[in-house]
Amino acid sequence: MNAATTLVAEVEIPISERGPSPRKVIVGYGFWLFLLSDIIVFSALFAAYAVLSGRTADGPRGVQLFHRDKVLIETGCLLASSFACAMMALAIELRHKTFMVLGAALTFALGAAFLWLELSEFAGMIAHGAGPDRSAFLSAFFALVGMHGLHVTLGLCWLVAMMAQVFTLGWRPMVLDRLACFSLFWHALDIVWIGVFTVVYLGAR
Amino acid sequence: MFGKLTWDAIPLHDPIPLFAAALVLLTIVGVLALVTVKGWWPVLWGDWITSVDHKRIGVMYVVLGLVMLVRGFIDALMMRSQLALAAGHAQGYLPPQHYDQIFSAHGTIMIFFVGMTLMVGLMNFAVPLQIGARDVAFPVLNSVSLWLTAAGVLLVNVSLVVGEFARTGWLAYPPLSELAYSPGVGVDYYLWSLQIAGVGTLLSGINLTTTILKMRAPGMGYGRMPIFTWTALASNLLIIAAFPILTATLGMLLLDRYLGFHFFTNELGGNPMMYINLIWAWGHPEVYILILPAFGIFSEVISTFSGKPLFGYRSMAIATMAICVLSFMVWLHHFFTMGAGADVNAFFGVMTMIIAVPTGVKIFNWVFTLYGGTLRFETPLLWAIGFIVTFVVGGASGVLLAIPPADFVLHNSLFLVAHFHNVIIGGVVFGAFAGYTYWFPKAFGFKLHEGLGKAVFWCWFIGFWLAFLPLYALGLMGATRRMQHYGNTEWQPLMIVAFVGALVILAGVVLTVLQLVVSVRTRERLRDATGDPWGGRSLEWAPRSPPPAWNFTALPQVDGVDTFWEAKRTNGGVLPVAPGEGEHPLEMPKPSALGVVLAFFAFLTGFALVWHIAWLACAGLAGIVLACLVRAWQTEHETEVTAADIAAFEGRGVQA
Repeated sequence: MNAATTLVAEVEIPISERGPSPRKVIVGYGFWLFLLSDIIVFSALFAAYAVLSGRTADGPRGVQLFHRDKVLIETGCLLASSFACAMMALAIELRHKTFMVLGAALTFALGAAFLWLELSEFAGMIAHGAGPDRSAFLSAFFALVGMHGLHVTLGLCWLVAMMAQVFTLGWRPMVLDRLACFSLFWHALDIVWIGVFTVVYLGAR
Repeated sequence: MFGKLTWDAIPLHDPIPLFAAALVLLTIVGVLALVTVKGWWPVLWGDWITSVDHKRIGVMYVVLGLVMLVRGFIDALMMRSQLALAAGHAQGYLPPQHYDQIFSAHGTIMIFFVGMTLMVGLMNFAVPLQIGARDVAFPVLNSVSLWLTAAGVLLVNVSLVVGEFARTGWLAYPPLSELAYSPGVGVDYYLWSLQIAGVGTLLSGINLTTTILKMRAPGMGYGRMPIFTWTALASNLLIIAAFPILTATLGMLLLDRYLGFHFFTNELGGNPMMYINLIWAWGHPEVYILILPAFGIFSEVISTFSGKPLFGYRSMAIATMAICVLSFMVWLHHFFTMGAGADVNAFFGVMTMIIAVPTGVKIFNWVFTLYGGTLRFETPLLWAIGFIVTFVVGGASGVLLAIPPADFVLHNSLFLVAHFHNVIIGGVVFGAFAGYTYWFPKAFGFKLHEGLGKAVFWCWFIGFWLAFLPLYALGLMGATRRMQHYGNTEWQPLMIVAFVGALVILAGVVLTVLQLVVSVRTRERLRDATGDPWGGRSLEWAPRSPPPAWNFTALPQVDGVDTFWEAKRTNGGVLPVAPGEGEHPLEMPKPSALGVVLAFFAFLTGFALVWHIAWLACAGLAGIVLACLVRAWQTEHETEVTAADIAAFEGRGVQA
């Protein structure tokens, strides 16, 4: 088989028959599957919230507890953080460390602001006797929103670790793959939050 | 300092657990002493515990599964012997609180640590070889999965000695499993061991799915994947879709128990039925996670030992994927008696009958493959035919239970117990034994002893029917599951027959061990120098046995379903080589201790959380984080397989 026929053959071979994918594709694909499984964890918590959201056991209801204006700011922080994360990804494409650090710092700051707003909301509720042990509704609320918050916390830790990786290990394929996975993770948390914002806060009764 | 843990947790006053514990400890100490005396530690550590080779990980999964099969089977023997005795005024020898732990442990162990472990092990071993890949997509993650499963196993077994196990049944239904009604540590052992092992299973599912979808050899389109690979794909997709539900559900129960949440409590709006819906939204796909790979094994075995291509390859793949989707639409048939109303029950009853259709398609495909074939009645084919006969009966009793009015009578009776053992033993266990016998020579280079293998089959087959046919009858007579004692002495003769059946299965279990010992001792006579002892059809039979760490020196070019069979017919068994393959040295992943280290810390964390030992839980979590960070900064993940290594392997093959 000479070079010309090989070239023709490669064009005609269906994707499923082209043999093993490059490492980068395999890593990304595996991480996508992980994210899907993570979203299923959230969907179980959403289902539990949907079932239990009316079961307030004569305790406070959602509309009495939630401050939608504050949550809107919270949401703004998280979405802006994702935008910053996308800017960081562009800087990484250009292998530009200064812009990357700027993007990462902004991502981190906005993510931390989101977390701070969320935790102060939790603290306020618990101080007013509306903790997770008050009613099934509040159990489901704290579990769903708290699970998202836990993910954001882990994401922030991961981001710090990734910056340390770039500065100690440089632009290795291994590090670049992990940065790409972090981006996917951070955007996935946005998608989940849109669901939380809609179902929990806008849907509060 | 030690939370709830005191000396009272050790059952010094209770002879049965104490004796069992002493036996287990003596065995472990004995094995460790043997390994030390023989100087096997370097081999055990370097070649097995830290190995990231999918074949060795698969073998370790299967070993773990077989050991736990013995453990779970001892529980079964205790239950059957108790019920053979405890009729009328007799109370048997097991007090209720102990009996309840035994049936809970039996179910938990058999599903999570025998069925899952054996199937994941066989998929790990065979799938990369079948698709012409050199390893799985994430070899180190694979080792992490194995060792997390082992950590879960360890936690369950520690509960035998330190404290107690759950008394709630294998799915720990609330409100019984809530703190108010199960204040002990039993349910916590159950929850943490399943959470740890569940993470391992999920990672394994992600790993194998990515492997199958992204790492097939050149030319292997979806229509050319071996059927076992198809079923493994379906099973692992189900793992990805279903196991997170289990994790979330058990997580909610943990929040209830540890932090006073009210998901499933009787008070403050909690809803126990939600747990039962959620757990079965995982639980029904789970039974297909177990059975689909077994279907794949039978497809391979029946086609190989009939000397024919599989009848209806495409319909088999379609039926597999249909089951994969439908398995999420039948969960409510596990609790028709919940009172969801006639319409809901009718829907799930009809869906349950519909899911039997693709399964029926498969049965006919196997029968038509056998029809007109050149049958060789070796052990794997015996398991496959025994499966067809047994599984059809189990499936039929399942369709019977799918009729809601009938289910109202039979719910939680021994009829149900007979039904699911009929499909799980007849399907999953027979499948695991078929796969174990079928791929053993590939893993070790010699066959298992044929005569003993057949004896094992007949013991299981006859023992199964003796043990479970009486349970169908007893169920119809009104005997319920999970009872430690019964007043109606008319049931006793059938209970004794069932116990005799369990003893026949015991002979099968003993013979399995004997078969392994005899086969290892006479391995020179059983050796297979060809790598293809059964006249196989798919790619795993092309390399020598055991295959090298890199599986294929040159990746094959696949052009059909039975590429290796075609190569044997036309080319003396030499696989066509993919373009650009076979000239370069290869990069293979290095062994890694990450899996076993993570599992060690996960076990510590789990144990600490069971007993509320805060500092130890923090230390365990810190260990997990630290191990991950150390791994993240390691840069040399691969080692080169040189042309000399490859030549050395090929040369050794020629001498043997």
